[in-house]
Amino acid sequence: MRSIRAAAIGAVTMSLALAASACGGGSSTGGGSNDSPKELTYWASNQGASVEIDKKVLQPELDKFEKETGIKVKLEVVPWSDLLNRILTATTSGQGPDVLNIGNTWSASLQATGALLPWDAKNFDKIGGKDRFVDSALGSTGVEGQDPAAVPLYSMAYALYYNKQMFADAGVTKPPATWDELVETGKKISKDGKWGLGAEGSNLSNNIHQIFVLGKQHGADFFTADGKPDFTSDGAVAAVKQYVDLMAKDKVIAPGNAEYAQNQSLSDFAKGKTAMVLWQTASATFKTMGMKDDQWGVAPAPVASGTPGTGESTNSMVAGINMAVFKNTDNVDGATKFVKFMTSDAEQKILNKAYGSIPPVKAAQSDAAFNTQATGVLRETLATSAAALPQVPDESQFETAVGTAVKELFADAAAGREVTTESVKAKLAKAQQQMPAK
Amino acid sequence: MTTTTAPAGPDGRTVGKNSPGAARGPRRRTGRIRRIGLPYLLLLPALLLELLVHLVPMVIGIVMSFKELTQFYIRDWTTAPWTALDNYRMSVDFSAPVGEALLHSFLVTCAFTLLSVGLCWFIGTVAAICMQDTFRGRGLLRAVFLVPYALPVYAAVITWAFMFQHDNGLVNHVLHDQLGLTDKPSFWLIGDNSFIALLVVSVWKGWPFAFLIVMAGLQNIPKELYEAASLDGAGVWQQIRRITLPSLRPVNQVLVLVLFLWTFNDFNTPYVLFGKAAPEAADLISIHIYQSSFVTWNFGTGSAMSVLLLLFLLVVTGVYLFLTSRERRRSARV
Repeated sequence: MRSIRAAAIGAVTMSLALAASACGGGSSTGGGSNDSPKELTYWASNQGASVEIDKKVLQPELDKFEKETGIKVKLEVVPWSDLLNRILTATTSGQGPDVLNIGNTWSASLQATGALLPWDAKNFDKIGGKDRFVDSALGSTGVEGQDPAAVPLYSMAYALYYNKQMFADAGVTKPPATWDELVETGKKISKDGKWGLGAEGSNLSNNIHQIFVLGKQHGADFFTADGKPDFTSDGAVAAVKQYVDLMAKDKVIAPGNAEYAQNQSLSDFAKGKTAMVLWQTASATFKTMGMKDDQWGVAPAPVASGTPGTGESTNSMVAGINMAVFKNTDNVDGATKFVKFMTSDAEQKILNKAYGSIPPVKAAQSDAAFNTQATGVLRETLATSAAALPQVPDESQFETAVGTAVKELFADAAAGREVTTESVKAKLAKAQQQMPAK
Repeated sequence: MTTTTAPAGPDGRTVGKNSPGAARGPRRRTGRIRRIGLPYLLLLPALLLELLVHLVPMVIGIVMSFKELTQFYIRDWTTAPWTALDNYRMSVDFSAPVGEALLHSFLVTCAFTLLSVGLCWFIGTVAAICMQDTFRGRGLLRAVFLVPYALPVYAAVITWAFMFQHDNGLVNHVLHDQLGLTDKPSFWLIGDNSFIALLVVSVWKGWPFAFLIVMAGLQNIPKELYEAASLDGAGVWQQIRRITLPSLRPVNQVLVLVLFLWTFNDFNTPYVLFGKAAPEAADLISIHIYQSSFVTWNFGTGSAMSVLLLLFLLVVTGVYLFLTSRERRRSARV
């Protein structure tokens, strides 16, 4: 009898506990508080060659911050393949980090969710003001005319990396400055199992970065001025075709690159299989792959003709990482302090040096480290000839839809199928139809 | 239990003098409620867990399918506007791109499931029958056969992804470099061949389960049946056809259903093999729904597609169970 009663009580208690835990999910509509002023959670993006390397770079800085302010920062380095999903999940559940890194191209999309703290003038004042940052980096922090959703942290740009020895062997004396020269150089090198240029045909984001720049050079944007998708304009079709043709028609990209998505093109480059890659801040990665700094050279990414500049002479996207504060944070003051710390002149120098990127903070750029062979070209590109990807809420969907279209076109090219203006246009039209109808 | 001073009647019931039933009734009723209620009370935690883990998310998913749940509303999705049947209309409008892609994905999944389940069952059954007689090394072989089933899915599939690589993959090395079967190395992870790659991995991963279940089923067939059959002059083939397969019918019914549900819903294999954007030829429905919701941030449409998938699987399972049980009843009557 007693045991039955005990079991019954146990059952009821457990049911109540379950019911309580089911309800206690936490509110998702809070507006930030200062309930836990001594602790912060930080999701960092993976900037170095591995998550472990990033932890080693960041931890000493976080310790420094703790010593200064008494706030302990719990670090998690999130791999790129998971980061956006993790942020979306955190947004939906309201259970997320206090501070996080985002790819700067996601700024407008994430801004639309309302999950990130807007950086109005008051918030910017807390970290030293908006004019500490370079304009091009600020151009990729959210929809124009709205308070930025994030603050620039690291800036990167595309450049043409080339293998000096392979160039010398083929009798190439200077790196190509235009696409015609690049194709010509590539054709000289592409034989006997060696190839001119590397590509990541199955990496959707990388495809987008490349065709966005080519689009600019053809005078095309992938969105209209009022933010509607416009993928099938003549310029856009020509841009995509030109990129895929590097494999299909010019045959300077190895067909196998069509299935690359995990930086295999970089390891091909480091192994001396391909002579050139178009990449952002690759120097640190080359080093971890065993390539010495004097084995490779770097030049501005090619343009159609002339020299890099604005408009149709754009030769890079404004690549980079922004730092954002999650609106639901329970330590909004601490989070702002942490952003101030990470964007301070001293930390900017340390971190950007470690990652081979360029500081988006003006005062930090003067450091000699950002004027070397590897970083000088990137800094110059960012300052003069880089353009921000469309700052529209549908940017993420654009990356997926059009990135997939380019991936499929590469697959066609690799299989030896012809890539025509019509087939490119059809794929882009299909991508456009998948975009949200509004 | 309850003690009472009233004398007990011959049938064991207490008999009151002045108040027939008035004082005892409620007490007895509470006793009965207690007796009947206790099992339910003990079931309550399990019931609540079931609600929490299975039913609540399902209901939320169904609710979501009636909302316009895009990035503008995910932060507080109770504010997302109701769209009535718009998400469903969009999903099944096969003349528009979204519906057309879903239909294509559905057909690919059907073909894939049919082939995969068929092959898994066939290979598993053949292997189990071959392993029925004792011979040296049978235990070892059985263990080896089960390895694909025991391996963690991710580790196994990522290994396949490496083997299917165009430039350095083992598959191309064997087919092209060593056997010279193809003119040039084939692409397995992009383009049309991806369907074959997916099928190979799925069958490799799934047949050991069929093998395991059929092997267990074979143990229950009495040896005497085979002895009698061979006395009557039945050959091996006839024994398999007239004894083994009919005896395995109840096992097969469950096996095929389970394999069907697993294969149709399989997400891990295509996701690890192809990443977020599967090639059109291998665009399985689960990965298609994932892309329609997570990658394009339209969770309403994704949910609507999931609900449609759920309905389809419910109908198929229902019809299958109805048909097989009717058949079983009929054969039992005969």
